[in-house]
Amino acid sequence: MDRFLRESAAIAQVELIKLLRDPTEMVSRAVQPVLWLVVFGQVLAHVHGIYTGDVGYLAFITPGILAQSVLFSAIFYGIAVIWERDLGVVHKLLVSPARRISLVFGKAVSAGFRGLVQAAVIYLVAFFMHITLRQEPQAIFGVLAGVLLGSALFSTFSLIIACIVKTRERFMGIGQLLTMPMFFASNAIYPLDIMPGWLRVVAQLNPLTYLVDALRGLMIVGGKSVHGYGVDFAVLLTTFVLLLLIAVRLYPTLVE
Amino acid sequence: MDTSAGSKGFAVKTAGLTRSFGSLTAVNHVDLAIPYGEIYGLLGANGAGKTTLIKMLTTLLAPTSGDAEVGGFGVTLSPAQVRGRIGYVPQLLSADGALTGYENLVLSAKLYGLPHAQRNARIGEALTFMGLADSAKKLVKTYSGGMIRRLELAQAMLHRPTILFLDEPTIGLDPMARHSVWDRLRDLRHDYGMTVLVTTHDMEEAEALCDELAILHAGRVAVVGTPAGLRAGLGAGATMDEVFAHYAGGGISESGNFRDAVQTRRTARRLG
Repeated sequence: MDRFLRESAAIAQVELIKLLRDPTEMVSRAVQPVLWLVVFGQVLAHVHGIYTGDVGYLAFITPGILAQSVLFSAIFYGIAVIWERDLGVVHKLLVSPARRISLVFGKAVSAGFRGLVQAAVIYLVAFFMHITLRQEPQAIFGVLAGVLLGSALFSTFSLIIACIVKTRERFMGIGQLLTMPMFFASNAIYPLDIMPGWLRVVAQLNPLTYLVDALRGLMIVGGKSVHGYGVDFAVLLTTFVLLLLIAVRLYPTLVE
Repeated sequence: MDTSAGSKGFAVKTAGLTRSFGSLTAVNHVDLAIPYGEIYGLLGANGAGKTTLIKMLTTLLAPTSGDAEVGGFGVTLSPAQVRGRIGYVPQLLSADGALTGYENLVLSAKLYGLPHAQRNARIGEALTFMGLADSAKKLVKTYSGGMIRRLELAQAMLHRPTILFLDEPTIGLDPMARHSVWDRLRDLRHDYGMTVLVTTHDMEEAEALCDELAILHAGRVAVVGTPAGLRAGLGAGATMDEVFAHYAGGGISESGNFRDAVQTRRTARRLG
């Protein structure tokens, strides 16, 4: 266990150093959630087009936009992995005695750093837009845990896709193909209740739905988790572990 | 094949090692025995099977059939033990340009499980050995091609491996940098007793650096011998280029694939 943590931390630390040294990516990724909240959210809130109960629409979609940011920043993680393969970095990691699961888990943790930056951006934008969010430490801790878990899950999913498609060009196509359906087939910007039956079934199978659900309860004043936090986090954790095990098997195939 | 530790005499021993990709057999029943302490050259045209062979020996690729022992452990049955005993410098430039030389070495030290108490001393020693002590805190993307290769050698030697695998380590380097890498490899063998297996298709490199050579052609070992022995075998006054042309198929090479070419060009471009 000690060795697993040490190796994973080494991989994650390197990513953190690089992220802090060149924050360009973080800044550029912050633009999209700001647009969703400031433009899309304001317009939809103005027309009262979607019924969200006692919670205002802007507050309602804030957790959804955070989950979307987590998904979008994590899902293209695979491109970085393919790039690392092309540079020989993956070869060198795989020739080291570090365990494969440490390498993959370390990557997943490092994706979490980007997710945390997205969370900070969303809270900042929400503050300036006078969207009232919960500020209790346990709620914020829960949000951070959800963001870390969500980032780890989607980045590992992305790693699996990278291992299958193996080229950046193919990955870009697949990435676009997956992210938008995952986003729209979730409860990120509208409640499950207003979806047609078939879409609700798809949304219930979508891990993003459970991340949004947990974040909605943890972020919104007066908000609640429809499924319950236990179910939300259990689904996210179980999905992550399953994806992690698949990724551990596939990661070495990147260099074949 | 005996895969227990302590297989005597040979750092690398392969028996019928084969790897196929669909209908293509990239490495075909290769038998090699590389003694400890040698600098051993693996030659061949693009697509001859050098990289595939080295990938199998470094546990990156599973053999389709046959087996290999590296440092006394079977690559199929004991890959973790093999990885702990080898260092590897891939053909591609694998040092992380966004990190400093020191940070690259710290990562290697952690992944190879070097005890914290030894880490800084080993890193300092490796940097000095490779002539990079003054550049340790600079970002690797500011290094010259030769410096990057020396940093990669420093990463590969940090845990004092028994066997060092180098896949075309001087590709794209200018003559000065190339000679500098050769000098460091000779020093590694002399000072640390490392066995070095190097792939190349540079005949000057093969002759200047290697104690023994194997020339691969179409996935098979075409010939094994010392540089002098191979030249003598072809007749008085034969050059290594003639030896290569004779055993590696001769004529203009049509081998290698698009990916090989892209990788080679990418490496050359990064080296500037």
